[in-house]
Amino acid sequence: MKLNSKIPSGPLAEKWTNHKFNIKLVNPANKRKYEIIVVGTGLAGASAAASLAELGYNVKAFCFQDSPRRAHSIAAQGGINAAKNYQNDGDSVFRLFYDTIKGGDYRSREGNVYRLAQVSVNIIDQCVAQGVPFAREYGGLLANRSFGGAQVSRTFYARGQTGQQLLLGAYSALSRQVANGKVKLYPRTEMMDVVVVDGKARGIVTRNLITGAIESHSAHAVLLCTGGYGNVFFLSTNAMGSNVTAAWRAHKKGAFFSNPCYTQIHPTCIPVSGDHQSKLTLMSESLRNDGRVWVPKTIEIAEKLRKREIAPRDIKEEDRDYYLETKYPSFGNLVPRDVASRNAKHVCDEGRGVNETGEAVFLDFRDAILRDGEDAVRGKYGNLFDMYQQITGENPYKTPMKIYPAVHYTMGGLWVDYNLMTTVPGLYALGEANFSDHGANRLGASALMQGLADGYFVAPYTVGDYLAGLSYEKVPEEHPEFRKAEDEVKARVKQLLEINGSKTVDHFHKKLGKIMWNHCGMARNAAGLTKAKEMIRALKEEFWSDVKVLGTGEELNLSLEKAHRVADFLELGELMVEDALHRNESCGGHFRDEYQTPEGEALRDDENFAYVAAWEYLGDGKDEALHKEELVFENVKLTQRSYK
Amino acid sequence: MNLTLKVWRQKNASDKGDFKTYKISGISADMSFLEMLDVLNEDLSDKGEDPVHFDHDCREGICGMCSLYINGQPHGPNQTTTCQLHMRSFKDGDTITIEPWRARAFPIVKDLVVDRSAFDRIIQSGGYVSVNTGGVPDANEIPIPKVIADEAFDSATCIACGACVAACKNASAMLFVSAKISQLALLPQGKVEKRGRAEKMVAQMDAEGFGACTNTGACSAECPKEIKQSNIARMNREYFTASVSTEKV
Repeated sequence: MKLNSKIPSGPLAEKWTNHKFNIKLVNPANKRKYEIIVVGTGLAGASAAASLAELGYNVKAFCFQDSPRRAHSIAAQGGINAAKNYQNDGDSVFRLFYDTIKGGDYRSREGNVYRLAQVSVNIIDQCVAQGVPFAREYGGLLANRSFGGAQVSRTFYARGQTGQQLLLGAYSALSRQVANGKVKLYPRTEMMDVVVVDGKARGIVTRNLITGAIESHSAHAVLLCTGGYGNVFFLSTNAMGSNVTAAWRAHKKGAFFSNPCYTQIHPTCIPVSGDHQSKLTLMSESLRNDGRVWVPKTIEIAEKLRKREIAPRDIKEEDRDYYLETKYPSFGNLVPRDVASRNAKHVCDEGRGVNETGEAVFLDFRDAILRDGEDAVRGKYGNLFDMYQQITGENPYKTPMKIYPAVHYTMGGLWVDYNLMTTVPGLYALGEANFSDHGANRLGASALMQGLADGYFVAPYTVGDYLAGLSYEKVPEEHPEFRKAEDEVKARVKQLLEINGSKTVDHFHKKLGKIMWNHCGMARNAAGLTKAKEMIRALKEEFWSDVKVLGTGEELNLSLEKAHRVADFLELGELMVEDALHRNESCGGHFRDEYQTPEGEALRDDENFAYVAAWEYLGDGKDEALHKEELVFENVKLTQRSYK
Repeated sequence: MNLTLKVWRQKNASDKGDFKTYKISGISADMSFLEMLDVLNEDLSDKGEDPVHFDHDCREGICGMCSLYINGQPHGPNQTTTCQLHMRSFKDGDTITIEPWRARAFPIVKDLVVDRSAFDRIIQSGGYVSVNTGGVPDANEIPIPKVIADEAFDSATCIACGACVAACKNASAMLFVSAKISQLALLPQGKVEKRGRAEKMVAQMDAEGFGACTNTGACSAECPKEIKQSNIARMNREYFTASVSTEKV
């Protein structure tokens, strides 16, 4: 199968405008004859469901949480980019496009990214009209701040809770359509499979998480807005429930999965404190503006720190290694996320980590406090310092913070064309669930932008184009394909409950997480990846013969829910490893030890790897088939990133 | 540390339910309260007993999914969400009583899990600005004084966890409802519909079976996001103005 990205022809700046004119429209009176399923109610899902309902389509919206407002978009802190140029500092649609392509290490599509930059300005207008309380200047106009990877101030924010406020805006628009009768909500409902009839997505099968009922829902199109798969690592900054199940089931029904190995590791998270740990908490990147990153110069001193024989403040200036400042004199502590993360891992691997586990570096505010005073530091970061103290019990005004990188975002996802349609006609993927806009590395404040761009301003056009060519008739839910999918789901529930083995679901999830983190995390190499593949296969086998899932399928059963998700993570993990192993280069979040510059930076191979890897599922136990979509760069020149 | 847990167990909505006592050991002060419950659940699973069901998701204090009434206080002794409560707030040998939110409008689903969909229905009754996607003015065409924007923001930080309802002896939802009414009534975008909104949301709140407000302030005192009681005063003002006004919006 030849992948067709369907990027419209013509100059970059006119592609989206021309495309919108060329796509087919559905007559307003006929829109009510179509039904659309939206799975997931985060930024992408809630905005898409609301916008499509406003147009007149009938929408069914599904989420596994108890309310659409709980989707994990809510936890985004920093902000949302938009090329408004309100600051008169030289921003433009082209500059936002350029920064995003470069930040992604030249592994994303020009056409998609340019459109993203174009609609970014509409997003801010939309959110303000909904009553989203963005930060403002005293004159009453909107405030901006700067963020990593950009030299202009284009980030709009709502204190440290931008994701929350944007999601509540989209949730309010969604709620309005529920009241209008155009959206029917299905909370506490998990999608278990996509139903494909005559090559087109025609609905889904779900499990009601309260009653356990397996149900079919027929529709004319299905939109997956189900987020990323960072929880394959067990420990990540994702919510506990975030999972790959919907995307993975779609993959097994014919949707190609792209660049699964592109994972973003965020450098400033609170380190793991023990085996009991269930999730990792992000500390905003903004802390690196004033905090200095260091570890002791020698292993001996680090050893004493780990045994608590000395305190951090006892270590003399000449015994401290401010490794980022030494190595990258011009960017210092503000190097991009991937570079900061890799260097932290490097010094800890040398045995210079500073906490009991040996996996932490200091982020020290001593000098900022001496220079600006404690009150000034409190003014800027007070809430973050409080949060840190709440979690660790240590006072960062008195002793340096300890941080370590953690899995934060996944750039890979379901392959989609310019219309956000997967390789299954009628099946779409929006937001973090698709692969399209961030290449091999996402810039800060761009995830919120992409989720809302897809939902408010792209899907409402492109889904209509598809529906216009479709008859009004729905496939009945009694169709054999629906029955078959239901039976498969029921059989799987039964199978999981009957194994009655000796180990809990979490046991397997933790083991998988360790394999992924050690061999497919911040740095990868062929030997480790090959080993990981075997280990995951063995673990998968053990899971299906020895997992213990208690209770029944006809009630709220958290271990059963988890078992379904972990089973899918086990399969995805293997594909991630396969993808990382085949990509014989380093780019963005994918760093292969074998491919680095003499200075230890990521070494791309544009000649052989400037493509999107799209994997096709061929059946259980079989290796997946690789398809390549060549990336064409007509408007930017590919260069080596340097932050020295 | 070693602890004794008295946990509310209830198989489903129709089951009567009662407390069960569990001993738990090897808990470190660095664990979060929910991680302590994870340990309990791993123990129970190993023994073949059904784990304790509780709601949780982001575990960073923002999604509003976690609940739990701990030793008589929603979200426990600190003014945080349960997921941000850490075991260093307890002592070795403590007995901890864990119950679900108790309110008629929040029926129990299982163990510590309750149904808070009443909150969604209240928002659906009017907690929005009626604008469609597209066709809106440029964001900077609506200047808003910083103090007003900040005040609206304070109200907008509500996470809809329901602690206010659990804290209130009348199980009133006034703090939750008033936070949304305030946010939108303060902002020019939301002013257009403010009266109709207050009437509709209050009507829905009453229909859901939440109790009346007697101004004891327990809701604000327990709110993990420190939503102020002054929101309730603003809601009442909006509501009464609406009820005596002939203006239909």
